[in-house]
Amino acid sequence: MAFNSKDTAAFKGVWVFCEQRDGVILGTGYQLLSEGRKLADDLGVELCGVLLGSGVNEQFAKALGGYGADKVYVCDHPLLKDYTTDAYTKVLCDLVEEYKPEIFLIGATNIGRDLGPRVAARLHTGLTADCTHLDIDVEKYKAFLKTTSTIDVDNTKFEDSKNLKMTRPAFGGHLMATIVCPDYRPQMSTVRPGVMQTAPYNEETAARTQLVKIDVQLSESDIHVDLIEIKKSAKKLVDLIGADVVVAVGRGISANPKRGIEIAEELANVLGGVVGASRAVVDAGLISQDHQVGQTGKTVHPKIYVALGISGAIQHLAGMQDSEVIISVNKNASAPIFDASTYGIVGDLFKVGPMLTEAIAKYKAAKA
Amino acid sequence: MKIIVCVKQVPDTSGVVAVKEDGTMDRAAMATISNPDDMNALEAALQIKETNKDVKVVVVSMGPPPTESMLRECLARGADEAYLISAREFGGADTWATSSTITAAIEKIGVEKDDIVLCGRQAIDGDTAQVGPQIAEKLGLPQVTYVTAIDYKDGKLTVRRALEDGYMTIGVETPCVLTCIKELNEPRYMSVSGIMECYAKPYTVWDFEALKDSKWISAVENVGLRGSPTQVYKSFSPPVKGKGTMMEGADKAACEQLVSILGEKHII
Repeated sequence: MAFNSKDTAAFKGVWVFCEQRDGVILGTGYQLLSEGRKLADDLGVELCGVLLGSGVNEQFAKALGGYGADKVYVCDHPLLKDYTTDAYTKVLCDLVEEYKPEIFLIGATNIGRDLGPRVAARLHTGLTADCTHLDIDVEKYKAFLKTTSTIDVDNTKFEDSKNLKMTRPAFGGHLMATIVCPDYRPQMSTVRPGVMQTAPYNEETAARTQLVKIDVQLSESDIHVDLIEIKKSAKKLVDLIGADVVVAVGRGISANPKRGIEIAEELANVLGGVVGASRAVVDAGLISQDHQVGQTGKTVHPKIYVALGISGAIQHLAGMQDSEVIISVNKNASAPIFDASTYGIVGDLFKVGPMLTEAIAKYKAAKA
Repeated sequence: MKIIVCVKQVPDTSGVVAVKEDGTMDRAAMATISNPDDMNALEAALQIKETNKDVKVVVVSMGPPPTESMLRECLARGADEAYLISAREFGGADTWATSSTITAAIEKIGVEKDDIVLCGRQAIDGDTAQVGPQIAEKLGLPQVTYVTAIDYKDGKLTVRRALEDGYMTIGVETPCVLTCIKELNEPRYMSVSGIMECYAKPYTVWDFEALKDSKWISAVENVGLRGSPTQVYKSFSPPVKGKGTMMEGADKAACEQLVSILGEKHII
């Protein structure tokens, strides 16, 4: 029978696309499996990882079970070594058409955001981009809204269903929208890297992972691009998402950007963290894009986030407001960043920054 | 050859954002701009036109009638022809329905062997980055997204695609769809002569009737809100957090006090 994305009853199970580059599975895959496990449990269905590559390491595939996958579909083919839209789309669509998952999650990396829409278009289903929160259960969704929205949850009607509720920032982060895809399957979502937390690795479940080797149907003629070269940037990129402490700089450093970044680096060093930046600083070319925090940059939730000279545009807040402790330094007492901060100092970052560094160094030395 | 550039007029999300009761944006109440990535796509097309013979640049947009101002601006920057897809039936479309409608228009314009379709990577109102790849899929064309460099010589197209930690260099057959990002180029301004000419250039408006015979449309149920697989379940504003503790002063004592609080709470 032909594949019909409107036959919703025929679809079952939660899938996660586990992206690999150079044979190494990206952290986003583990994050999505950890989140997918909860969704699969709410639905009482299987969680499956989907792994595409060439010469796929079976240990890596098995390890996906340690983060919650019951089963891993392994698609191993020489033409899947590096990502091409054509090859990956074909293999994933063939797989969906055969096994019919009800939910399909993909990390919103540069590659996931190329692949997701193409797959959704071919399957004729909906895709929600860059989600930051997912729910099945309406009660859990309501609990989520109670802490994250201004909605009067107890006096609002919610349509009860087991549809996936996909929440994402919209309109540059000014609004949150929860999207559903009630009449088509799979319900597809790309999820921002770093948003979902990775569950602790479980060796027992990893040992039980069922590997399903797929007979991949793919030939050169399916691929209409010629991947000439993949080049890694020489510079080591900053690991914003994995950092416990982020010291970020904003427009406030523009009087002396070099010194401003230096101050942030010194503070980051003493706290054991890394330097982030607002979009304004990146757009002005003062620091490279891998440092950018916010709606169009990275989403971080470190233990400590220090904002130096950042006004707190809603696009920036969208990327850091879930940090455990936010410390802000800004000359302008009415800067919106203070409304999101745990601690605030109204002052000049060029003076306050070094004093903070010194005070922390002194504190740590006294404690040691 | 022809380069079709898909452009969108978007609310300026850095300004005031107005939201209707049904959770969709009240576009009419907001200032609009040409979507930034789309202007990089237009610039790329104009640069190919400048360095190659017989290149026609066609801009296409779906939106309400005021979108004309943006399309005229594209003509003033150097595009040769503009098409506006505009009808009540197309309203409320998600990316699936939007890409179906734009695909119908592009197929009606016609895509030939040498042609290229350029889009911005994403629009700042939705930030989805989906419509470009979905147009590519529906047109049955290869795609490259996140394009930061285009080399077009003697009908051969080689592009550079940004990754988080580097880039890919990709040769791609034409016709194809490329989505562009701001690193690609610096969009030009309108020229005085361009502004003078922009109202004399071919400008076409297509409504539902004009496109309904496309296999991507065929019935009103397949476009706009009704043709959209995704629906808004709820929309909400993030709550404003209460102000935290503001330190007294900004001197050494204030810094030391803050550090001692952080220490007491085992934050550092």
